[in-house]
Amino acid sequence: MDIIAQYGNIMVIMACVFGFFMAWGVGANDVANAMGTSVGSRALTLKQAIIIAILFEFAGAYLAGGAVTATIRKGIIEPSLLTGNPELLVYGMMASLLAAGIWLLVATHFGWPVSTTHSIVGAIVGFAAVGISMDAVHWNKVGTIVASWVVSPVTAGIIAFFLFRSVQTLILDTEDPFHNAKRYVPYYIFLVGFIIAMVTFTKGLKHIGLHLSWLQSAGISVFIGLLTMAVGVFMQRKIKVDSNADREFHFTSVEKVFGVLMLFTACAMAFAHGSNDVANAVGPLAAIVGVVSAGGEVAQKSAMPTWILLLGGGGIVAGLVMYGHKVIATVGQNITELTPSRGFAATLAAATTVVVASGTGLPISTTHTLVGAVLGVGLARGMAALNLKVVGTIFISWIVTLPAGALLAIIFFFMLKGIFS
Amino acid sequence: MVNSPILQMFARSPFKPMQEHIVKAQASAAELIPFFEAVIRNDWDAASDCQQRITVLENEADDLKRGIRQRLPASLFLPVPRTDLLDLLRMQDKIANRSKDIAGLMLGREMQIPQPIQEELLELLRTTLLAIEQAVMALGELDELLAAGFRGHEVDIVERLITELDQLEHKADEHERKLRASLFAVERELYPIDVMFLYQIIQWVGDLANLAQQVGNRLQMLLAR
Repeated sequence: MDIIAQYGNIMVIMACVFGFFMAWGVGANDVANAMGTSVGSRALTLKQAIIIAILFEFAGAYLAGGAVTATIRKGIIEPSLLTGNPELLVYGMMASLLAAGIWLLVATHFGWPVSTTHSIVGAIVGFAAVGISMDAVHWNKVGTIVASWVVSPVTAGIIAFFLFRSVQTLILDTEDPFHNAKRYVPYYIFLVGFIIAMVTFTKGLKHIGLHLSWLQSAGISVFIGLLTMAVGVFMQRKIKVDSNADREFHFTSVEKVFGVLMLFTACAMAFAHGSNDVANAVGPLAAIVGVVSAGGEVAQKSAMPTWILLLGGGGIVAGLVMYGHKVIATVGQNITELTPSRGFAATLAAATTVVVASGTGLPISTTHTLVGAVLGVGLARGMAALNLKVVGTIFISWIVTLPAGALLAIIFFFMLKGIFS
Repeated sequence: MVNSPILQMFARSPFKPMQEHIVKAQASAAELIPFFEAVIRNDWDAASDCQQRITVLENEADDLKRGIRQRLPASLFLPVPRTDLLDLLRMQDKIANRSKDIAGLMLGREMQIPQPIQEELLELLRTTLLAIEQAVMALGELDELLAAGFRGHEVDIVERLITELDQLEHKADEHERKLRASLFAVERELYPIDVMFLYQIIQWVGDLANLAQQVGNRLQMLLAR
């Protein structure tokens, strides 16, 4: 109790710095995976992609990042065991931030594929199980989270498969694909606007003072869907058949129509990514602020202050502006086989899955979800050549990252405990 | 260094190189026209130049083939069966190989083409080359097929091209049969060993049309799943 009163402010400041640094890392590295498919399909210029990423990562983090942040903050650990020693939670969460941050730095340096989500979850479970007690961990909640890591890529893959099959049936495999593209693409645009709005309105927004019933949310979402559809129709109005370009490749004009759609799915992807991944950075911070501001209460009934989400969103944008744009450029330049019709199917499938997970409060890996979605398009015979080794790499990254995050968190936890007491 | 699973999962498409390869094979076969004309003129310098060009083109086709094979490890996930794709590649490559065989044998033996069959032989060669060009055209639809996911309207277009290719091959067969008959009519007046090799050349030129048809068949197999 005394420790918190004595060092509370320093702890919060330190946590803010660590949290911001983590968010910076998400913006610098992770955003490239979410935006790379859009840049790679040549539907967006690099500049457009960065502007979209800045706006929608921030919006996603602020508007829809609450549920996952709450899971990281208080869903994994049982607070009642900590009533006597609230400072343990503060040490643990700080240790988790440090562990995940350092592990990400090391892994990036050596070129290992890691996920921010897995590092932070591994770290929190690690310090709680070893530093506090095995009972301090909500094992069934952790089980759900781990299961969601398998379920989310599979779900995204299934959605992507059927999305792309519908594109094939309605547009690509018909006599006049261009005409059909102009006819059906607006409906896909509606779908993008509607899904994102629906999940956001039904699952979040209480923290900005907006209380809506399910029916109200649905109504507003339909309206937003129609609005995006109108914008899309306006944008694709100018696209004409380019018979010169079509002689070389018959689908050039058709893909241009899909380019408009890709613009919207890129926004959705950035939003989804912001809503899920901001929690990795600010979840632990929120837990620390919660304990300190309650003067050592671990009950955590108080709502999370919104400035924490703003800080996370700001960190992501800072990382994106300072470093992330280079990574987006590299990823985009090297994904040349992705056309807008495929890119859209994969991105929308991944964005939908991630947004739903965000609404449910499940911290998942955006990157792995997107990999699943691209494979789904491949299963619909949509991709030229996919490297299946990447699936193995993802499995290894799970197996390695969880213990590594846990081990580092345990070490930092005992170090911090030693320093402060 | 950027380390992104998204980036890693996109392998380079084998379909564009497949198209480049058949264009190369076709180019080497197309050199046979000036080669035959030079042989008929008895201009062995020009014939030798043509044969050189065919060899160079055949080597380039070989390099392309090797490159494609190296980039098709079994861990790759393709929209078509990998073995079928490699089979198609093998057929394409045989066109270049056969062209090289024809030019090599004719130049090596400085083969004389008897006047009565000269025009018919050129006619057979031209029909054969039409069949190969048709195969190139069908292969040219590969990127569209990929864009359409190997389904629907695009498949119909390719099926039509392949049907036309079959017709061209039948036409070449017809020419080949007539040419054999013409050679048979005059063979008694010629040196027997030369005649033997003339039959061999006729067969090989006919083979080129068959190979073009085989390319079409293999392409059709890619579509069927």
